Amino acid sequence: MTTETTNTRPRRALPSMSVLGPILALIVLVAIGASLNSNFLGAANITNVLARSAFIGIIAVGMTFVITAGGLDLSVGSMAAFIAGLMILVMNAALPTLGVGVPIILLGMLVALLAGLAAGLLNGFLITTLGIEAFIVTLGSMGIYRSLVTWLADGGTLSLDFGLRTFYRPVYFDGILGISWPIIVFALVVIGGEILMSRARFGRHCAAIGSSEHVAHYSNVNVNRTRLLTYAMLGVLVGVATIMYVPRLGSASASTGLLWELEAIAAVIIGGTVLKGGFGRVWGTVIGVLILSLIDNILNLTDLVSPYLNGAIQGVIIILAVILQREAKAKG
Amino acid sequence: MTGTPVLSLRDVSKSFGPVEVLHGVTLDLRAGEVLALIGENGAGKSTTMKILAGYQPATSGRILLDGEEVTFGSLHEGEEAGIVMIHQEFNLAEQLTVEQNIFLGRELHRGWLLDKARMRRLTREYLDRVNCHVHPDTPVAKLSNSDKQMVEIAKALSRDARVLVMDEPTAVLTASETRTLFERVRALKAEGTAILFTSHKLGEVAEIADHVTVLRDGAVVHDGRAGGIDEDGMATAMVGRDVSDLYPAKAGMSGEVMLRVQGLDVPGQAEAVSFELRHGEILGIAGLIGSGRTEAMEGLCGLRTASAERIEIGGDAVTIRRPSDALDHGLCYLTEDRKLRGLLLDKPMWENLTLQSLEKFGGVLIDRTAEERALDRAISEFDIRSGRRDMRVGNLSGGNQQKLLLAKVMMSEPRILVADEPTRGIDIGTKQQIYAFLRDFAASGHAVIVISSEMQEVIGLADRVLVMRTGRVAGTLTGQEITEDAIVRLAMGLGAAETERVA
Ligand SMILES: Nc1ncnc2c1ncn2[C@@H]1O[C@H](COP(=O)(O)OP(=O)(O)OP(=O)(O)O)[C@@H](O)[C@H]1O
Ligand SMILES: [Mg+2]
Repeated sequence: MTTETTNTRPRRALPSMSVLGPILALIVLVAIGASLNSNFLGAANITNVLARSAFIGIIAVGMTFVITAGGLDLSVGSMAAFIAGLMILVMNAALPTLGVGVPIILLGMLVALLAGLAAGLLNGFLITTLGIEAFIVTLGSMGIYRSLVTWLADGGTLSLDFGLRTFYRPVYFDGILGISWPIIVFALVVIGGEILMSRARFGRHCAAIGSSEHVAHYSNVNVNRTRLLTYAMLGVLVGVATIMYVPRLGSASASTGLLWELEAIAAVIIGGTVLKGGFGRVWGTVIGVLILSLIDNILNLTDLVSPYLNGAIQGVIIILAVILQREAKAKG
Repeated sequence: MTGTPVLSLRDVSKSFGPVEVLHGVTLDLRAGEVLALIGENGAGKSTTMKILAGYQPATSGRILLDGEEVTFGSLHEGEEAGIVMIHQEFNLAEQLTVEQNIFLGRELHRGWLLDKARMRRLTREYLDRVNCHVHPDTPVAKLSNSDKQMVEIAKALSRDARVLVMDEPTAVLTASETRTLFERVRALKAEGTAILFTSHKLGEVAEIADHVTVLRDGAVVHDGRAGGIDEDGMATAMVGRDVSDLYPAKAGMSGEVMLRVQGLDVPGQAEAVSFELRHGEILGIAGLIGSGRTEAMEGLCGLRTASAERIEIGGDAVTIRRPSDALDHGLCYLTEDRKLRGLLLDKPMWENLTLQSLEKFGGVLIDRTAEERALDRAISEFDIRSGRRDMRVGNLSGGNQQKLLLAKVMMSEPRILVADEPTRGIDIGTKQQIYAFLRDFAASGHAVIVISSEMQEVIGLADRVLVMRTGRVAGTLTGQEITEDAIVRLAMGLGAAETERVA
């Protein structure tokens, strides 16, 4: 019964090291953290780590699709900052008419989602229809959004009206059954993303395009539309992440979302998605995100290594992940 | 005159993981002799050749060079020993130019700088030797498949090989290019080069080989002088059964018009192409390479920009702008280029098989069990032989890739199948099966268009033949008119009077 064995492990063809690698790394990190600090496994710390992971995580799930389909998006960090700025401006402006209440929050969320969608579609349009290199397009839009938010804030900080901020705060700090909203939303996005990637036509099409655009085209896959959708989806997810992020600080400035794009891309690659496209897995991305935030968390909790070296350690891990990927590929 | 063995295999076996694909192969390459290694798809020809040339290590057994046992640590040592191999799959760097490819890894220097002038002169010389007229500055990606192959051959011939190993060098060549290649092979033979070659075109084997070795399922089943075995004998030894009736009986009568194409234009490639296709019919499209056959059919199927005055399918006018439009009308194209356009080489079989028709495997979520069942069916229906069921498709033998591609296209249940070089690289036994399959498919109320550069295939298979020349339909031949001579005349633009009569 070959059918059954293949059914339970559809990606059996992949060498186990590329599957086990990230999981092992995560386990090792947890063990290190637990042995260095007794609070590490406490509920408060775990919630803290997960909630902080949520922003990058939600974005990284979208990034997994973009990269799997052979693309790249460098603009997500500044896009998040810009959306945050826009959201704050719109909500502050609507305050006199709508007053503090649920409608104004919903308006802000709608603005964030629409702005994300529009920004994603714009990136996607330039990349697919006009055929400009993804790296170039998103490098450009990264600069544009960053500069726009600086301009909107006039070089300083855009702050949400104080009354509104208090009203909006629970979206970051509250939740159901002690699990905060960002974690819940992150989990939902991950579950949806995983199903979409491994069980739905869209995920198959993304992988097909990433492994060969020509073959995909000849196999009746609408290459441009699928690519465009990956960017649009990523844009919307950036909007979702921003909705969760704004209540945390209640402000946006030129340094909001700085380097998020690199963290998101790093998480995707550490999770085993192939940078040049053709193969991606959402659950791997989640592990990648957790690995990155755990490193940060451990360095902050202990005084073993200076937290200033966080970036260096993350860098080493990313390079290691890619080396592992290559070894796995050579063996397979 | 038989020379001394230059390179030999003694009892060589090879396994990929748990699967043994070669079982104790022994053969000798002699100076000044052409050895043809033939066998079914997946019999192990390419694997044997790669072991000989040092591209893959043998699992057990010995390799003898001039009677001494050797192990090639790397490709370089194989090359050092004067062994040059032309791969079944193109091995050129697509982004580099013809000249850069020919000198890749052994660029000529003058002091610290590249000696461009000398490389240019030599490139021209090498290309001239094989009558190949591409410009040395053309990027390889822009060449046709047959030109790529000629560049590959020119490159191999430039290396003063003692042993030349060629894996299906003629699969993508035209008849005249094959003749040129064989002239060079004869010249090399006279100079004392030992040559190993394989082809599924047994006529070529009979023509050029001095010695024939037949592999079946990884073991040598026949080994002898070429004079001692004829084409039928080779086919029987390879397949294990008689394959003299290669082509199925033709339809005779065909039904009403199923597809009518009027004034199809593909910018820069084909112009004013008009034809009809009837129920139950196999229409052959012949023509020289570059005559726009492939481009016209890709245009028809929405795969490239094209316009037409009118296209009718089943009597209704239709507009086809993208591949999905064509599929909606039951029109499906099987590409000639399985590596670059047909299959995702890094993916397993099931993922390739269902890619074109995923919507048949569940609405929102894909039904993996159904996919596995489809693969089971495809494997048995098309006799796909793979070592492991879940290995990457790139590791399937060339012919088995082609069978998988056919299975993939048939998954979308076309009513009109446009098959572009459907039997390229396929062994004679499987060819017979594919011809029978196409005929049955046509007979069950469908229709088939077959583009083929193999004259015998067009003549043997098609009820009607459309000949294209420089992007236009040069004429149509029916029944008794379908002869090699008539096709060649139309393809070359001779005998215009006749053209008008039939068109
Ligand atoms: N890298 C590999 N990993 C696993 N199996 C392999 C690999 N390379 C070849 N095989 C298997 O070895 C067998 C022999 O393949 P090979 O390419 O030598 O056949 P071939 O005789 O050249 O066939 P064809 O006429 O189709 O080119 C096939 O079953 C193939 O699937
Ligand atoms: Mg082969």
